[in-house]
Amino acid sequence: MEKEKELLRLLSRNARYSVEELAAMLDLSPQEVSSLIEDLERRRVILGYRALIDWRKVGEEKVTAFIEVKVTPQREVGFDAVAKRIARFPEVKNIRLVSGAYDLAVEVEGRRLEEVASFVATRLAPMEGVVSTTTHFMLKPYKIDGELVEDVEEAQRLVVSP
Amino acid sequence: MKSWEEYLNPQVASLPPSGIRRFFDLAAEMTGVISLGVGEPDFVTPWRIREACIYALERGYTMYTSNRGMKELRVAIARYLEDAFKLRYDPEKEILVTVGVSEALDLALRALLKPGDEVLIPDPAYVSYVPCTVLAGGVPVLLPTRMEEGFKITAEQVEKAATPRTKVLLLAYPNNPTGAVLNRRELGEIAEVVKARDLLVISDEIYAQLTYEGEHVSIASLPGMRERTVVLQGFSKAFAMTGWRLGYAAGNETFIGAMTKIHQYTMLCAPITAQMAALEALKNGLEDMRQMVAQYAYRRRLVVNAFKEMGLPCPEPKGAFYAFPYVGGTGLSEEEFCEKLLLEEKVAVVPGTAFGPSGRGHIRCSFAASVKDLTEAFRRMKEFLRRHGVKGRPSVVVLGK
Repeated sequence: MEKEKELLRLLSRNARYSVEELAAMLDLSPQEVSSLIEDLERRRVILGYRALIDWRKVGEEKVTAFIEVKVTPQREVGFDAVAKRIARFPEVKNIRLVSGAYDLAVEVEGRRLEEVASFVATRLAPMEGVVSTTTHFMLKPYKIDGELVEDVEEAQRLVVSP
Repeated sequence: MKSWEEYLNPQVASLPPSGIRRFFDLAAEMTGVISLGVGEPDFVTPWRIREACIYALERGYTMYTSNRGMKELRVAIARYLEDAFKLRYDPEKEILVTVGVSEALDLALRALLKPGDEVLIPDPAYVSYVPCTVLAGGVPVLLPTRMEEGFKITAEQVEKAATPRTKVLLLAYPNNPTGAVLNRRELGEIAEVVKARDLLVISDEIYAQLTYEGEHVSIASLPGMRERTVVLQGFSKAFAMTGWRLGYAAGNETFIGAMTKIHQYTMLCAPITAQMAALEALKNGLEDMRQMVAQYAYRRRLVVNAFKEMGLPCPEPKGAFYAFPYVGGTGLSEEEFCEKLLLEEKVAVVPGTAFGPSGRGHIRCSFAASVKDLTEAFRRMKEFLRRHGVKGRPSVVVLGK
């Protein structure tokens, strides 16, 4: 169990460690690591693997919006029914129930501004249970999932030192 | 005018240059080198620490501090030493903040040694101990250690080496370059000899936090040893703050007072910016430190495993961030091994003899490097060994617990 958590900690930092590297670092055999990972994937503890990409660098235009959604909770299911309904749209990258002045924090990604705007206007806002939406378009990212976008730091060390 | 050599203090003139220098010059000229030859963390100082320093500068912290270091920092150091290592020191009289452990080491030796006093020094060990002893007028007496005994000095060795002129035992554990640590029992046995022979201990514990199995034990925490020991600690390794140059010494009031005298005339005080940063490190940086240590722990296993696969005998490092494998099985000397490895495969490591004669046949590989670099470096080393071959010798040396 402890090894499992250690494995997850390592993968959460870098999903591209090879099975051999992971095995060495965890003091397990490569076979053990492979079967642990398979098991974690099967149990959906590991939901997926993604690269963190700065799309601007390859000239790919993307529009990201953070939408504050107020919702009327429903009897029996609370916020779940509406949240799950919104979550199924492929445009929705992240959706979380949060405390505070609004209920659902929704992150939507599209290729063009109109695409995102239209999603909000025609899909999200009119949905039953949705009381209001406030849309914030992303202007500039500074850090994406724990990685600095610019100003990358590297230890400036001498090649050899005592 | 005479030649400059004749003006120099002969003692300084005859000091051998660091054995690392040649490799540095060689490696610095090459591109694409993966260096496992670095004696410092590959992490940048945690941001909260840097940010605290910037904020201090903005508020005008640009002046001298008291000779001993800022009171608030000394109080924080005292609290930390107690929490982490069960060591209790009075921040008013028993702690001195220095420009790295390097300065603290120099002060301790100069405050103690009369010409001809002998200092027992483990071999191999950090490169400064012998020259600093010589410059302070002392006589270094090496305690050779061997891979088969896990590069640990023993009480018996100290007993045998001690003469009426012996004044100081210099302890350097966790050890650079071998990664060896001494456990409570081994330290206890050494402590008994130290007391029986009326010796003092300078204990360089700069790698204390980088102890991977069990907890670091300071010899100063053993019965009757607090008064005989000066503990040297610092921020360089655990908090990734090498360039800040900040360390400290903790020990007997009179001794710390003597060190402070030299310090006030030669250094005045440690830089205030570094002291402000160190204060933040102790207040809020412990979690950052633990995370870095966890990374070293993973890499340590990677390194141990790699040498096992390569068939190079290598004691498992229990502390610091160095592995010290034996490469004599290749038929190459450690110097030749390092030079060829650098020129043929562009991997920089340090010959063991840079750290003393007992490092013969060994190389020091730092695992303060990214997993990516370590993996690539080991791939190249395997290739190197495939070409040069390893003969005989058992592939793993299992050390006593």
